[in-house]
Amino acid sequence: MIPEIGLFALILGLAFSFVLASVPLLGSYKNHSGLMQLAKPAAIGQFLFLALSFACLIYAFTVDDFSVKYVASNSNTQLPMIFKVSATWGAHEGSLLLWALILTTWTLAVSLFSKPLPDSLNSRILSVLGMVSIGFILFILLTSNPFERLIEVPTEGRSLNPLLQDIGLAIHPPVLYMGYVGMAVAFAFAVAILLEGKFEMAWARWAKGWTIVAWAFLTIGIALGSWWAYYELGWGGWWFWDPVENASLLPWIVATALIHSLSITANRGSFQSWTLLLAILAFSLSLLGTFLVRSGVLTSVHAFTTDPSRGVFILIFLVIVVGSSLSLYASHAHKVTKRKPFNPVSKETLLLLNNVILMAMMATVLLGTLYPLILDALGLAKLSVGAPYFNSVMLPLTIPLALFMGLGFATYWREDNSKRLLQRLWLPAVSSLLIAFLIPLLILPEFSGLAVIGLLMSSWIAFSALHWLLKENSAGLVKPSFQKIGSVMAHIGFAVTLTGITITSIYSIEKDVRLEPGQSYQINQYRFEFVNVKQKQVDNYLASEGHIKVYEDGIPLTELHPEKRTYLSQAMPMTEAGIDAQLSRDLFVALGEKLDNQAWSVRLQYKPFVRWIWLGSILMALGGVITLLQRRKNSAVKNTIQSQAEKTA
Amino acid sequence: MSPVRKKRFYMVLLLVVGISIATFLIVQAFSQNMMFFFSTSEVKQGKAPKDREFRLGGLVVEGSVKRIPKTLTVQFELTDSITPVSVEYTGILPDLFREGQGIIAKGQLNASGVFVASEVLAKHDENYMPPEVADSLAKAAKINAENAKNAEKAGSTEAISESIKEKSE
Repeated sequence: MIPEIGLFALILGLAFSFVLASVPLLGSYKNHSGLMQLAKPAAIGQFLFLALSFACLIYAFTVDDFSVKYVASNSNTQLPMIFKVSATWGAHEGSLLLWALILTTWTLAVSLFSKPLPDSLNSRILSVLGMVSIGFILFILLTSNPFERLIEVPTEGRSLNPLLQDIGLAIHPPVLYMGYVGMAVAFAFAVAILLEGKFEMAWARWAKGWTIVAWAFLTIGIALGSWWAYYELGWGGWWFWDPVENASLLPWIVATALIHSLSITANRGSFQSWTLLLAILAFSLSLLGTFLVRSGVLTSVHAFTTDPSRGVFILIFLVIVVGSSLSLYASHAHKVTKRKPFNPVSKETLLLLNNVILMAMMATVLLGTLYPLILDALGLAKLSVGAPYFNSVMLPLTIPLALFMGLGFATYWREDNSKRLLQRLWLPAVSSLLIAFLIPLLILPEFSGLAVIGLLMSSWIAFSALHWLLKENSAGLVKPSFQKIGSVMAHIGFAVTLTGITITSIYSIEKDVRLEPGQSYQINQYRFEFVNVKQKQVDNYLASEGHIKVYEDGIPLTELHPEKRTYLSQAMPMTEAGIDAQLSRDLFVALGEKLDNQAWSVRLQYKPFVRWIWLGSILMALGGVITLLQRRKNSAVKNTIQSQAEKTA
Repeated sequence: MSPVRKKRFYMVLLLVVGISIATFLIVQAFSQNMMFFFSTSEVKQGKAPKDREFRLGGLVVEGSVKRIPKTLTVQFELTDSITPVSVEYTGILPDLFREGQGIIAKGQLNASGVFVASEVLAKHDENYMPPEVADSLAKAAKINAENAKNAEKAGSTEAISESIKEKSE
């Protein structure tokens, strides 16, 4: 009975989406406030029914209702409760339902917090969001109904893939989806602006806030995925340039560009047309990501589903969304575009340059992800492009990106003087040069040109951001705003991630060795002593637990217990790594397999600064959120204050 | 040119130069790092490159997995069900590597025709078959079926070996 209620609630939710997609839009054209005001109740109704539907699915999982096909194929009675709940979004159908629920959550939030926008614009945004909901809910109902019943009810379900029985992965999809789907708000905003025919600065500020929230979720989502791959897949890699990872990176890159472009539009009123295009692009790439992950076109470590009918549906949906929004853009964008002159030496120029670099990065990732798929689909060749391709393009693109990022902090809006700019910049420039050369010379195990470049980039970003914050503060004119603190924090976060990537890529040591009990292996100052491997039984799996003592310079440091697990419900072995984590380095041990003479193959890794990659992501997301704490003042007043402050600082 | 135009001109010039450099870099990196997939039959027919890495896929032949004692080196054979190819790998095999499983290996052929793998990929799903491997198996099955048909016609085992030879040439 409950699953039927869930299905019924989903259909009712769809009915609300239809109302939301049509009535407020009609109202905005007829200038009929009654029709426009229907948007809010429609958004609320849509959200409540989707929430009810999702709750029904979770309920079916918690009570082990194996008459529901989706539950039977993704859960079993042995599963701990928390993973029963997370199994709800562990596979295709449920994750789409979660997706739709999140979309209606964003829609509800937009309907509640849209004060700065005029009614007509607000109604149009909500209607566009309603249209996206229709697409997603229809997709679920027509191709992937999670409430489908089985005629013969099995007594036991199939287990959730043991890889997914992990807290990191349980929260990874919801967070990532919050980011993905949040791009729909910026998209709806762009389409509504195009319909509205004008673009005011205050509206750009509104859109920027929403984009930042979505971007922060996306940042954390990607970082969680990377962290999960690092400790759970058992290989110690933190980024594989896998198509599924790329699918989440693409909208992130565009969203980053969008936030900066929105910030120009909000502060200076220029770049409107470009901003709109980026907003459309960001959501299109989110949809493309959905298509890639959910259609089964990929050969990838993460792709768990295959069904062509779904692929075709998403592809059609993608074509409709991208096609209609781009043609709207082509025909209407000139109406909203305002030109504001700016000097080549100005913040605008630098932000524009970095936007172009980000687009080049996006194109690089897109090409490397799609080209092999297209060739394969056309039957021309089966090929793959590995990490070396992405690395060799991304590195040279990151250098100017970092350079302009630092310069951008010191430069004024509209017009600046290059001579004075240099005077302002010598301090961060000299300090970052010092750091970049001294750290590899004095602290790191060996001097490497690439390490200097990486550290130079990150310290340059961090120092110029800090300099920008502190200089203004010391002038005593303006207290640093949340806007500034957040922005500085986010950029320092990027620098931290960059530092982590640089050092861990250059100085990591990875060894696969054969160890008998009592034997040791030395990596730098660390000695790994292989004691033994014991069998043990836990909840729903059997494990071979390794026991490895680690000594640092001969002094006992810690003991690591990597495991090889075999889950009872599946014949599949799994590797659980033993990790000793510190801010400056991780020691990583994974068991391979049993060889002759009680010996095991063991993977030993020394990963300096790897934590910084995820730490930086947290700082980025936090920084983004802090900028939102900024009190909204009267925008006109604020603009003049801000530009004066920047002129005098 | 007026100063504004001049500025705009330099701006556009800068963008064009930047984009060209980026495109050049991307295309260059792309063509150097493309890695093609070959089935075991294609390797035996000499279609695979000798001097660069490629990906080889197939089923791990039952009973072919051998460990060299006291080392981490493993030897095994991969097949598309017609022609097996010997593979050698030193390191830790993925959890799901086992006989009968469809896997993909990255690596290069050595002088004696053994594929020396630098990486062995097996998916984290016991029922998973890499699409490339599934494809090569399907092709091989087709050839086998044709051979069987021809054999029926000729009514002799010699015909089978003849036709396999033909096919593989």
